[in-house]
Amino acid sequence: MPEPILAVTGVSKTYKGGFTALHSVDLTIHKGEIFALLGPNGAGKTTLISIICGIVTPSTGTILVAGHDALTDYKAARRRIGLVPQELSVDMFETVLATVTFSRRLFGRSGDSAYIEQVLRDLSLWDKRDAKIMELSGGMKRRVLIAKALAHEPEILFLDEPTAGVDVALRRDMWKLVHRLRERGTTIILTTHYIEEAEEMADRVGVISKGRLLLVDDKAALMQKLGKRELDLTLVDPLDAVPVGLERWRLSLLNEGRTLRYVFDATDEHTGIPSLLRELADRHIAFKDLETSKSSLEDIFVDLVEERA
Amino acid sequence: MNLHGIWAIYRFEMARSLRTLWQSLVGPVLTTSLYFIVFGGAIGSRMQAVDGVSYGSFIVPGLIMLSLLTQSVGNASIGIYFPKFTGTIFELLSAPVSPMELVVGYVGAAATKSVVLGLIILATSAFFVPISVLHPGAMVAFLLLTSIAFSLFGFILGIWAKSFEQLNFVPMLLITPLTFLGGSFYSIDMLPQPWRTVSLFNPVVYLVSGFRWSFFGKGDVDIAVSLGVTLGFLVACLAVIALIFRSGWRLKN
Repeated sequence: MPEPILAVTGVSKTYKGGFTALHSVDLTIHKGEIFALLGPNGAGKTTLISIICGIVTPSTGTILVAGHDALTDYKAARRRIGLVPQELSVDMFETVLATVTFSRRLFGRSGDSAYIEQVLRDLSLWDKRDAKIMELSGGMKRRVLIAKALAHEPEILFLDEPTAGVDVALRRDMWKLVHRLRERGTTIILTTHYIEEAEEMADRVGVISKGRLLLVDDKAALMQKLGKRELDLTLVDPLDAVPVGLERWRLSLLNEGRTLRYVFDATDEHTGIPSLLRELADRHIAFKDLETSKSSLEDIFVDLVEERA
Repeated sequence: MNLHGIWAIYRFEMARSLRTLWQSLVGPVLTTSLYFIVFGGAIGSRMQAVDGVSYGSFIVPGLIMLSLLTQSVGNASIGIYFPKFTGTIFELLSAPVSPMELVVGYVGAAATKSVVLGLIILATSAFFVPISVLHPGAMVAFLLLTSIAFSLFGFILGIWAKSFEQLNFVPMLLITPLTFLGGSFYSIDMLPQPWRTVSLFNPVVYLVSGFRWSFFGKGDVDIAVSLGVTLGFLVACLAVIALIFRSGWRLKN
């Protein structure tokens, strides 16, 4: 078992107005892993990482960062953490180099120009080092925020919705950077509401919804659970009931018998689609359209909640 | 002790005022010069000496205090308000910087600017009126203490303010009247009762009086009382800041 670098125990947050954003979350992050926190908007992802980073005070619970309590021994804890926020909050009047150097010093390190140059080059910012931040595009500003978060060589990097509103080039650069950081042993925790993103990046995924961490699992295991797909056939002639003899497939009728739905697992070796279509042809059940879709994230969350109940 | 962190904030704040050098220094110097032309030259020439000091020279300590107070409050409040406004405060809150280190960085920079400004205004006034400082040590001490105390006050204001209106409101409605009524342009002995007694509740009276004492060896109130009130105000501001950080008020959810 790899050693934990972050241990969250019983952390909850209830705001003054009475709204509970987090219900007693327990989470252990291993050193060097890439962890994705997956959940819809408003699930509590940002609240959880804001608490870990010291921006929001938890109502209950403890957080240990490499063994240091994030509340009582916050200096040792925070020195190990870098945060890239979701919002583009950055000093508009500063130059790129000045603001990145500021971040490094703020986190207690002396200005190491060689390291900062490396970070800026990794993020294709070196040519823009003397540019004022307000002159940069949105994508470039996000790169600056990443450079600021990395400036003090953190052991844990938090990326809050790293690809929200980001162009393809930056997304590609960012994933390359994430992998380089992982090779150096940096632990990365990212939040996302895209299953694909979690699938592409993470070693482990935690699913969070309505302030509750529903499950934490290895990516492969989770993708199995999330891999449910639907095949909808629009029939030429409506059916009254699912024909007898087709019980092998999980079938249901929708739209007053005009749509035949088959729910299957895309990760299975045999999806059962070719045999189903052959069977339908043999029975002269004609269809004029066919469509497959993934279960929506919301559907999956509902399933997960029901599974746990 | 995160010295790198304090230094980073201090340098950041100093760089901010260098970018707005015109506003930070030239503005107050110009305003002070105008005061000298109006109060020192035009009106002062028709006024008799106060406590044996010509009116033009008499108002120098008060004028410096006027700028010092306004600028300390203004600089320190915008310094901490702006990160709240733009959202960059997340970095300060997530950094391994203690509340006291944060205060030293922000208030230190604001106070530095005020002291420099005070000295520049002093130099400017030497162009208009004869100046002599009887107790230079006390003058520097009052300059420092006042700059620090009112920068602390400005820091509190910056944390409290939820909008730019509120940020301007307090200096306009509190600091400016208190300074004008605090004996900047007159000795409170010139006031009729009960205004003389009422004035004694204005903390600025003690600042101006103490500062004036360091110039001319005479003030409206005893120098020890002046020093005590100034220090008391400073300690009170520190206590409020300690409370703010303990509760996270207006900084953290």
